[in-house]
Amino acid sequence: MIGMGLPRGFVVTLKNFLRPHSTEQYPDRHVGLFGAAKEAGMNPVQFLVKRPGDSLKAIAGLATVPVKVKQSARFRGNEFTYFEERCTACASCAKYCPLGIIEIVSVPGKIDAQEGESYKLEVFDIDIGRCMFCGLCVEACPYDALHMGTSFERSKYVRDDLVITKDELWDAEKRPSAFYRPQFEENGFDPFAEEMEDFHDAGRHERKTYDEMKKKWVDER
Amino acid sequence: MRVMFDGEEIVDVEPVFGYLHRGTEKLAEERTYSQIITLTDRMDYVSSMLNNQSYVLAVEKLAGIEASPRGVWLRMIASELQRIASHLVATGFLLQDLGALGTPLIYCMRERERILDLFEMLCGARITNSYMRPGGVFMDAPDEFWPALDRELDDIVNTIDELEAYLSGNEIIFSRTKGTAVLSPELLINASITGPMLRASGVDWDLRHRDPYDYYDKVDFKRILHTASDNYARYWVRVQEMRESVKIVRQCMEQIEPGPVRPSFDDVPRLIRPPVGDVYSAIEGSKGELGFYLVSDGSIAPYRMHARASSLINLTLLREMLIGEQFGDLFVIFGSVDLNMGEVDR
Amino acid sequence: MSAAFLDNSLWRNIYCVIAGESTECAARDYSSGLLPGGMEWLAFLLSALVVAAIFANAILGGVIVLIWGERRLFGRFQNRTGPNRWGPWGTLTSVADAIKTMFKEDLVPAEADRILFNLAPVMIAAPALIVFSVIPVGVGTYVADLNVGVLFIMAVTSLTTLSVLTAAWSSANRIAILSALRSVALLVSYEIPMALALVGVIMLAGSMSLGSIIEAQAIPFILVQPLGFFVFFLAAMAEMARAPFDLTEAESELAAGYLNDYASMKFGLFFLAEFIAELSTSAIITTLFLSGWKGWDPIPSHLWFAVKLILVLFVIIWFRMTLPRLRVDQVLKFAWKGLFELTMINIIVTAVLIAIWPEPSTTELWIMAAINWPVAIISIWAVSKLLGTSSYENPTPSASAPIYPVGTETLPANAGVHGGGDK
Repeated sequence: MIGMGLPRGFVVTLKNFLRPHSTEQYPDRHVGLFGAAKEAGMNPVQFLVKRPGDSLKAIAGLATVPVKVKQSARFRGNEFTYFEERCTACASCAKYCPLGIIEIVSVPGKIDAQEGESYKLEVFDIDIGRCMFCGLCVEACPYDALHMGTSFERSKYVRDDLVITKDELWDAEKRPSAFYRPQFEENGFDPFAEEMEDFHDAGRHERKTYDEMKKKWVDER
Repeated sequence: MRVMFDGEEIVDVEPVFGYLHRGTEKLAEERTYSQIITLTDRMDYVSSMLNNQSYVLAVEKLAGIEASPRGVWLRMIASELQRIASHLVATGFLLQDLGALGTPLIYCMRERERILDLFEMLCGARITNSYMRPGGVFMDAPDEFWPALDRELDDIVNTIDELEAYLSGNEIIFSRTKGTAVLSPELLINASITGPMLRASGVDWDLRHRDPYDYYDKVDFKRILHTASDNYARYWVRVQEMRESVKIVRQCMEQIEPGPVRPSFDDVPRLIRPPVGDVYSAIEGSKGELGFYLVSDGSIAPYRMHARASSLINLTLLREMLIGEQFGDLFVIFGSVDLNMGEVDR
Repeated sequence: MSAAFLDNSLWRNIYCVIAGESTECAARDYSSGLLPGGMEWLAFLLSALVVAAIFANAILGGVIVLIWGERRLFGRFQNRTGPNRWGPWGTLTSVADAIKTMFKEDLVPAEADRILFNLAPVMIAAPALIVFSVIPVGVGTYVADLNVGVLFIMAVTSLTTLSVLTAAWSSANRIAILSALRSVALLVSYEIPMALALVGVIMLAGSMSLGSIIEAQAIPFILVQPLGFFVFFLAAMAEMARAPFDLTEAESELAAGYLNDYASMKFGLFFLAEFIAELSTSAIITTLFLSGWKGWDPIPSHLWFAVKLILVLFVIIWFRMTLPRLRVDQVLKFAWKGLFELTMINIIVTAVLIAIWPEPSTTELWIMAAINWPVAIISIWAVSKLLGTSSYENPTPSASAPIYPVGTETLPANAGVHGGGDK
């Protein structure tokens, strides 16, 4: 009979009508009186009494509350976190980048002359206008100096501003994401809650034992 | 696509594509084997894990790399989740083209968003993942992944049930999709069509059963076949395949064991130099047989890479499907083939 | 001043405020008016204008709220919020849309017939507003109670057909004309079932004036005339070109269509006219089938009307969000082979029942309802057999014996690997 299959569709739509909506509003979310009170940490009656202007706005439907997006710890953001104490300017990241957007210029440093020359970094540019954030550079870094960041709101008005220079990398907040860095998850580091102050926390400090090195280079030759 | 009409009836069709061509195969000649993984992500951008898997299997076959077990299980979980996401996109947009002003599309997209959140937990990116590497995957799943996956599989089954309740028995959808664009199995086999289009006409050809790769011989799932090769059959095959994918993921979750997710860098260096030779390796992608043909000359980059794009081959039958049909069915038929332009043009 | 004018409490009150003392207002105590005595014709004219202005603005205000409400409901059916940014809970979104539409560039194509091109949007918006003049919104609140009210409504709503064709023809655009012809075919085919479905209601009430139809609804006519309601509802949805019949806004014709060449506020008028039509259709359904403003005492009649109107609007929007589109040949087949026969059956059965009970009282109405419902179900079943719609069947084929196994062995393990070729 006509129309007997259609009511099941109507029931599905009605069920979805009655469910709470699944929109994640960003950057701020409209709230009513109860939501605004919860945001301020009071119960609604206190909120009405103590902040009448705000509660009037909330009842009229004009109050908003800022929202933080749920991100996982491994989120590959649109920025990089760089620990300059760990970097030796080996340029593995530049070599591994599929697009060739990392530019590294270094000169012999004439410091640590006892241990051999170490390199002084002059230019370290990453062009995030052309970057695809694949993370291969992060994978390549042997000293865990370069990490992906977690922020994603990095738009600029001028295209040339999209090139991250060495100074920006030095001065930026160090919130590395746990992408390709299992040691962050083992240590329980949450890039959204805190900053990584000490560069020693950024890497795995596994050194091969003497026996392992001997086995590889001497015994197996 | 240029279409010629006689009143309401379609008389001639000429597909014109190439607007999304990015030169993937040429770029691959200048990149190392690991860097090409980022290129393959972007071919069929709706099912990037499947592209990764196909390419990585080709490299493993070429270089003779043995994959580590936990990496293979994780690969299978990621691929099946990606298959569900891709079929959700296909189904949602087919229903949108049928005219249900976006309601089933939003339901499908809502589920897909949750799958993409799972991918973000795994590898940091939602769509262009680059999750796999020759020999396994590049990072193990975090601890919060497994309970989230469990919850999400239940949600997916609920959404599929809702979609079926919405659609099975809906007379309007029956009258719009049944009996349109019927193709015979001989025609499909001769045109080398694979994937849900082929299974909707009764041909029992699924590479996961016929030529099992990874650990697909250790999991148990049904073959989804339908005999009427019309729009409704193709849509129905995709919805049922989503259910089977959920079953596969659950079986992988039971059988996975702790261990390393990729071989150590002593066995498989970062810059792979496979022996000279060529290889063709294919998997069952969400739209059909997705294969890669790699030719190596012993250096760190392949001499030639060719991708057998399933969407490109599936669209060769558009003329037979469209000529003689009504104008109102044009986009519905187009949607039931499930083309992805990124794969067609590479 | 006719008797109908006296019954209209809204109009009479305004007249008495303007005219002051006069024989018609003797029952009320108005000691002074705004006009010197003796100019009753001017008071009549002014009060008529005031009433018309109130109605028109109320409808347009209602349409603004309807646009916002419909978009919010769309969102909720799709499990998302609707627009909620502009103004409290997004209520100023329609105002923002209107301002945006006004600022767009107003194009007239070079080959277009200018007079008709500019006239078409007006031709579609004006009749939609006129329909409201006969609908009583509360006790005694209407503009005019014509004694051919239903006929007037049918006549005015069929003017949309003409304006669709005018719009397309004056655009001088081949594709627009093709699409307009399809749309006109739809509109014309569904007018007949829409008008004939009301014949049953008219027979039951004994008159075509909407006021007396409401008076005659001791129980709402949706219970007494299920077939009539079913047919009228579907036909009205088709007249509004709403899903599942919205082939004019359809997939393949999004870029073209009879509205193609309209920009800026002319397009805004088409858009507005569609929503006014939705509001008027819901008002007609409420009046004719849900007993209009009748309700129980403590709650005022205007509120009853509003509640019923919102219920009907909810159901219309629910249909729109759930059902996919029908193709044009299926739509026309449904009108001529499905709805037309149902209206014929409805008229015959209602005529027989009215012949048995000429002035039905409440119990007789209940008996008629009890007869009409089984008749409705049986006739819908019979017509669906005639239409040949595929009934609900289980589509799962038996997968135990697949045809074309295409070889049963798996491929060898090293298939596809060749060593040492020449490059």
